[in-house]
Amino acid sequence: MDDLTGVVDWSRAQFALTAAYHWLFVPLTLGLGLIVAIMETIYYRTKSVRWLNITKFWMTLFGINFAIGVATGIILEFEFGTNWSNYSWFVGDIFGAPLAIEGIFAFFMEATFIAVMFFGWKKVSRGFHLASTWLTVIGATISALWILVANAWMQYPAGMEFDPVQMRNVMANFWAVIFSPMAVNKFLHTVTSAWALGGIFVVGVSAWLLLRKRNVDVAIDSIKIGGITALAGLILTMGTGHGSAVEVAKYQPMKLAAMEGLYDGSCGQSIVAFGILNPAKKPGNDEKPFLMEISIPKGLSMLVDFRNPDNFVPGINDLILGRELSIDGQEFHSVSYAERIDRGRTAQNALREFGVAHAAGDTAAMAAADAVLKANYDSFGFGYFDDPTEAVPPVGLTFYAFHIMVLGGGLLLLVVLISLWGAYRRRDWLEDCRWWQWVLMLMIPVVYICSQSGWVVAEVGRQPWIIQDIMPTKAAISSVSVASVQLTFWLFAIVFTALLAAEISIMVKQIKKWSKADYQSPNN
Amino acid sequence: MTSEKEIVSVQHIKGFWRRAADLYIDGFRSMTVGRSLWLLIIIKLIFMFGIMKLFFFPNLLSRDYDTDAERAEAVRASLVEPR
Repeated sequence: MDDLTGVVDWSRAQFALTAAYHWLFVPLTLGLGLIVAIMETIYYRTKSVRWLNITKFWMTLFGINFAIGVATGIILEFEFGTNWSNYSWFVGDIFGAPLAIEGIFAFFMEATFIAVMFFGWKKVSRGFHLASTWLTVIGATISALWILVANAWMQYPAGMEFDPVQMRNVMANFWAVIFSPMAVNKFLHTVTSAWALGGIFVVGVSAWLLLRKRNVDVAIDSIKIGGITALAGLILTMGTGHGSAVEVAKYQPMKLAAMEGLYDGSCGQSIVAFGILNPAKKPGNDEKPFLMEISIPKGLSMLVDFRNPDNFVPGINDLILGRELSIDGQEFHSVSYAERIDRGRTAQNALREFGVAHAAGDTAAMAAADAVLKANYDSFGFGYFDDPTEAVPPVGLTFYAFHIMVLGGGLLLLVVLISLWGAYRRRDWLEDCRWWQWVLMLMIPVVYICSQSGWVVAEVGRQPWIIQDIMPTKAAISSVSVASVQLTFWLFAIVFTALLAAEISIMVKQIKKWSKADYQSPNN
Repeated sequence: MTSEKEIVSVQHIKGFWRRAADLYIDGFRSMTVGRSLWLLIIIKLIFMFGIMKLFFFPNLLSRDYDTDAERAEAVRASLVEPR
């Protein structure tokens, strides 16, 4: 059992490490790509040499990021086959199809048009070049769509049926997978957050140019475009984040409870704006959940349903007990986790009996076992637990990651608004205020922390599930040794850190090179 | 007999591919920062496919079982037996 726990933990750590590194590159590709396309559109319309230079500079940084980040996601697919073979087989083509479509789009669309983008300045017309830039950005965004559809399916397994002969979930409704409410919100939230990240990156790098007093006009122009993109991205991220929270409340209420450190829910539930969790608090005990907290009354109930500020939001203890309250405070019961554990075990027994009947060619017994399996399949994964509290995610990590993301997002919005005001109304102040320029540069790591925190909320908050309610992470693992996973973990850690260092070094070199040149044409 | 229209069409196709090849050849020749990036990409791909995939990341079910039916039974045994 210790060995299994070790393999699960190390495999999760390895997947988290590779996904987190991959996610350093992807949002910058999506966000900076959009900004480059906007800048090139301005160049196309104005024919201004300054805008051509600005476009080429940011396009170079886009290219560096794209080149270093390309194929880092492939490692995740290697891990599926080796560390997560049960999962990989069990999800079948539902997971495979979106990933395959992503590979085709990524290869053909991005590879074709990115070549025109970088090599085609003097080879194709300005219009064709602009179209290629936009198509590269659209291709990258569509690639992200398929990955996020696959991820959303793990959080809300829609559009599938389990085939006990193949031991796979097979796709019953392609459109239900693509347009599941979880997938739509996840895609919009993730892509718009990438726009915000790209915008903040441009603003931060431009602030460094202001600090060096070089290419001031182009830095201010870049802050305007980057700032507007970041502002749009942040506002849309907040809107889609609300949509995501509503979906989480419906389909992953335990995740929402962990995000809020909520153990005992109530009607008109408040939302925690800032809080320090009590480490002694565990499901079912009498400890206070917070050492200190600042809450907004009825905030969580309103987040879940804005029209209904007095509705009930269940906490961790309520969900375990299957306890719900009506709006007038009347208590009633839905299915408790203890009952779901029983149902899960019944489903697993039925699957075992189906296998025996299938081997014996006993069709009547197969049909009987299949009927029991189908009736209890929605709780299949609960059968792996001995205690209902095993279905509770790590509350501390989920809570703090969620609040870092939200508070960080608010800070970024404030900084972007002030910077845009400076760029449009108080240019002298923006050019001369050195401490503010340092603040803008500091926002680059802040936006990355927010972006990574979002994924921590999404992925840690859904634990212990790899497929919500159907398969826990510990059942998805392969029979591999802890030592082999540890070895590859450290290999990845070293190589990916070297890649990141190489990217930062090449980018800084390019930015320095650009800051020394004069791109401010007097004609513009 | 090949018509004049068909010859022109073939020439257009050849011209398109020649121009496409020129785009890449000239592009690679005139790269500056791109050279270091390509070096990094090649090192990365060799590491991923030549070392990691080859020696550390086999697809276990494909390696250990010959047919899909055997793989399905292996997964069934793993999922329904106590771990």
